[in-house]
Amino acid sequence: MNLLTLVLFLPLAGFLAALLVPRDRPGLVRGFVLVVSLAVFVLSIGLALPQAPAAQGYWFETNAPWIQSPAIRFHTGLDGLSLWLVLLSTLLTPIGILISWNHIDRRVKEFYAFLLLLEFGLVGVFVALDLFLFYVFWEVSLVPMYFLIGIWGHQRRIYAAVKFFLFTMTGSVLMLAAMLYIYGVTGTFDYPTLLTMLASGRWHVESGEQMLLFLAFFVAFAIKVPLFPLHTWLPDAHVEAPTAGSVMLASVMLKMGTYGLVRFCLPLFPNSARHAAGWIVTLAIIGIIYGALVAMVQPNMKKLVAYSSVSHLGFVVLGVFSFTQAGLDGAVYQMLNHGISTGALFMLVGYLYERRHSLEIADYGGVATPAPWLSTVFLITTLASIGLPTLNNFVGEFLVLQGSAQVNFRWTVFAAIGVILSAVYMLWLYQRVFFGEAGEPVRHHVYDLSRREWAAILPLLVLMVWMGTLTQTFLPAISASNARTLERSNVNVEFQVKARTPLVAGQAGQAEARPAKEPPDAR
Amino acid sequence: MQHLWLIPTLPLAGFLVNGLAGRRASKTFVNAVAIGSVFLAFLWTVKTLFALAPLETPHIERYFTWIASGDLRIGFDFAVDRLSAVMLMVVTGVGLLIHIYAAGYMAHEGGYYRFFAFLNLFMFFMLVLVLAANYLLLFVGWEGVGLCSYLLIGFYFLRKSAADAGKKAFIVNRIGDFGFSLAVFLIFVAFGTLDFGQVFAKAASLPVEHTAGLLTAVCLLLMLGAAGKSAQVPLYVWLPDAMEGPTPVSALIHAATMVTAGVYMVARSATLFTRAPLALDVVALIGLFTAVLAASIGLVQNDIKKVFAYSTVSQLGYMFLGLGAGAFSAGIFHLVTHAFFKALLFLGAGSVIHALSGEQDLRQMGGLRSKIPVTFWTMLCAAVAIAGVPPFSGFYSKDEILLAAHHHAPWMYWVGVITAGMTAFYVFRAMFMAFFGSYRGRAHAHESPLVMTAPLMALAALSLAGGKIDVPRILEPVFPRGEAHHSPALVAISVGAGFAGIALAWLLYVVRPALAGALAERTGFLYRLLYGKYFLDEIYDALVVRPIERVSRVLLWRGMDVGLIDGAVNGAGNRAQGIGGVLRKLQSGYIRSYAVWVLAGAVLMLVTVALAGGGR
Repeated sequence: MNLLTLVLFLPLAGFLAALLVPRDRPGLVRGFVLVVSLAVFVLSIGLALPQAPAAQGYWFETNAPWIQSPAIRFHTGLDGLSLWLVLLSTLLTPIGILISWNHIDRRVKEFYAFLLLLEFGLVGVFVALDLFLFYVFWEVSLVPMYFLIGIWGHQRRIYAAVKFFLFTMTGSVLMLAAMLYIYGVTGTFDYPTLLTMLASGRWHVESGEQMLLFLAFFVAFAIKVPLFPLHTWLPDAHVEAPTAGSVMLASVMLKMGTYGLVRFCLPLFPNSARHAAGWIVTLAIIGIIYGALVAMVQPNMKKLVAYSSVSHLGFVVLGVFSFTQAGLDGAVYQMLNHGISTGALFMLVGYLYERRHSLEIADYGGVATPAPWLSTVFLITTLASIGLPTLNNFVGEFLVLQGSAQVNFRWTVFAAIGVILSAVYMLWLYQRVFFGEAGEPVRHHVYDLSRREWAAILPLLVLMVWMGTLTQTFLPAISASNARTLERSNVNVEFQVKARTPLVAGQAGQAEARPAKEPPDAR
Repeated sequence: MQHLWLIPTLPLAGFLVNGLAGRRASKTFVNAVAIGSVFLAFLWTVKTLFALAPLETPHIERYFTWIASGDLRIGFDFAVDRLSAVMLMVVTGVGLLIHIYAAGYMAHEGGYYRFFAFLNLFMFFMLVLVLAANYLLLFVGWEGVGLCSYLLIGFYFLRKSAADAGKKAFIVNRIGDFGFSLAVFLIFVAFGTLDFGQVFAKAASLPVEHTAGLLTAVCLLLMLGAAGKSAQVPLYVWLPDAMEGPTPVSALIHAATMVTAGVYMVARSATLFTRAPLALDVVALIGLFTAVLAASIGLVQNDIKKVFAYSTVSQLGYMFLGLGAGAFSAGIFHLVTHAFFKALLFLGAGSVIHALSGEQDLRQMGGLRSKIPVTFWTMLCAAVAIAGVPPFSGFYSKDEILLAAHHHAPWMYWVGVITAGMTAFYVFRAMFMAFFGSYRGRAHAHESPLVMTAPLMALAALSLAGGKIDVPRILEPVFPRGEAHHSPALVAISVGAGFAGIALAWLLYVVRPALAGALAERTGFLYRLLYGKYFLDEIYDALVVRPIERVSRVLLWRGMDVGLIDGAVNGAGNRAQGIGGVLRKLQSGYIRSYAVWVLAGAVLMLVTVALAGGGR
């Protein structure tokens, strides 16, 4: 058992153990899951230490037979793509526990146990190297989230939970069918084996067939991302979920979709992915602008942040389907950034809700006066979210937009409008909640951050600055693994994303130096 | 290594200390940290520049890789050449004076530590902007100063107008930054680097006819960015509103330093602009148009800070006119002298406001000359400087620009001269309304303390004598001087325009005060148009802001999201109501039964897999 499997199974063990705690000892179960999740996090830091480039293989690989027939292997491992997502999951789980500390009063034991089960599923999704194993973890993570929304949510929780469940299931059924088809053809679920077979030509896929397989995977992931127009489950799920549910959903669960795109869609179906890139990018850009515009007019804070996620994740998809090193690096970086800054936003909205018991923006105003530190923290998070340089999101957005500019400058022009709009909706939100004179209810109910709340938010603040300035802690591992993905997605390339504007000289889709060879037209 | 990084890091440290510990600390402590850190940064700047003299080629220091991906590598690198040296001196020098002044001005305000923390943070970002060795790092400073501007405009955040103004400034600037960032992407696509030295070398090495189209696009986008930051048409509308901030902020950020960042950026990119003549023409036109437009609005404003705000917009327009005419060093020269006299005008206005316990309306002033003499005499120094009276500072820099404009296109010179006349008029109108005649207000006027008047006197000296600093000669290694355009006749005409403006103001506001009102009545429509600032805010609101909001709310959210997409989903969902009903029944709430279902599902899947696998 290596460190990775330990990190993977410790939450499961914790989940089972937590279920054994007597129902009348809520304090004990809380403390217990916090200790477990912290232990998992501390262990997971060890995963980031040995970053010796594993040229083709994976770090901390485990490859053991699980089920003989069909041949399903327990194959797990880490690379630069999954490493930081695993750490994101293990970091946010204890944070999720901390922020739920006081306001979960029903079925306390199950709530915290589910958070550990969720962690197990999430980590599993990111480390599985066997398609079926991936699917199992995908579904495992779905179950606790369904209950977190359905049991501990707000008024319309059942509607939101069922909607969430149905959307995701629709996608995953398609993905499962595609997996089974692949297994039928190749006789294996093993991801590295499939890549080898693809490279050597032992697994040959016709283009029509590949497109169908690609779409089956793509739709499953696109729903999870969520990509416009498959996003409407997200605002409902967020509004109804308890704070910890929103945080885990936004920070980590949505990344399952974007992770899947990079892990599976690009390397396994490179031709189709490139073929469809123009359409997908169009949807992503629509999502960027649309999400921002709709976020702007939301009267509910959680809905606003939820729609902003649609906008932010559009950048991730844009980066992925630019098929450039910068775009892909930015996309992966942006997954982490979004996890941190939007997670923090949901936490802070949760803090406000615990005080004033409302999510309506109109019920606030003047919070800065009774709660200056809460306002400061919210401001920093806002600034991170709108891409202020020296904070994390800027780096990701810059790389994504730079990558897309190398392919099609028009993409960058439209996507950059989203950057303007993000400032509009976030600063407007900030002004309406924090500035102005504090009304009676705000003055009466709102107090500044408690120590527990500080403890939960501080790591995220540190990361916002760290990831905005010292990017070299994170980027090299991501770059290396993205370079391999790009290499793989060049296998059997028949279609290339074509540079559409004459402004871009040099080869499209390649991260090579591009001297201006021909006179580009002024637009 | 000259440790350039120390220059911005010192104020950053000041920000951190005051931001984290300032709330409980005494005002003396906050002052010591805030002013001390800027003072040290100033000293370190002076020391470094002496050590680096004569600095004919840029001195570059590379610290660490900020962002790297593929062949993209962006370093956290600082560089200093003579252009940045001039900017460094202005920013740290004028910045220091304003910090000192603010200690007096803000003494009775709440949120004292917060104010100085933000001011220090501003210094940090402004110095990063000036020292940056590549476009992306410049953008860091660029966005950072915008943030501080936002925070400081909205300093009195209990007031809705202040919060609104801060938000407006940030968003309008974001529109400019949209252009700037697109320019950055385009530069990287074209040249594969963002490093100033390499970009300019590559641009210069390529034949002009190959790069003209690209560079025109890049430069126009850069100019969009500059128009946002430096308040030029069509994005100037945020600056007058920015006067909601405390007056030292107006002086430091919205007059002397931050708003000149666009001028600096264009001058920094001179290599690109000179290869894109079309873009350069656009720069000149925007500058000239802004100069006239803002000056005309300034003629009739009654709020003393608003007068100077429009004056700033107008003078920034002058600087762009200089840049656009190809006289980059003249633009920077005016940037320097403007930093002196405009900072002084604002600080002086602050002193007046301070003396009158918050009164900003010129109509409520009058006769203050004898009540606050130091303020009067120092402000008069600034007024003669901005009016272009020889031999004071504004005369030299304005003349350089006007002569270059004449060389570029004679009609631009003439429009510039008319603007110079208007400038002299509105500044002296404000001076006469505030300091001459009889006192019309109620508050008891008192002269400001030494901590405020000492910076005024220092700036007064600079406003009077600053023209002797031959900035164009200093900048020769960066902007080689073309043939000098000397024309005593043209100089005399522009000086004459200035005197005419002063004389007219004297006539209307001192000799025959009744005339001004009568004139306003007589020219009713024109007066209302100017007084209403051409109603640009209202037009933007009706044409841009409201339609976007309405479309988003009605069409996108209610129509598209809730109506169309969710309607379709719920329709499908209703059909699946059976499933939903079953699901609900399954939610018995007991973990065991869920576990059974999960298990059953897993078994079902495995069976399917087994069948599919067996099918091979």
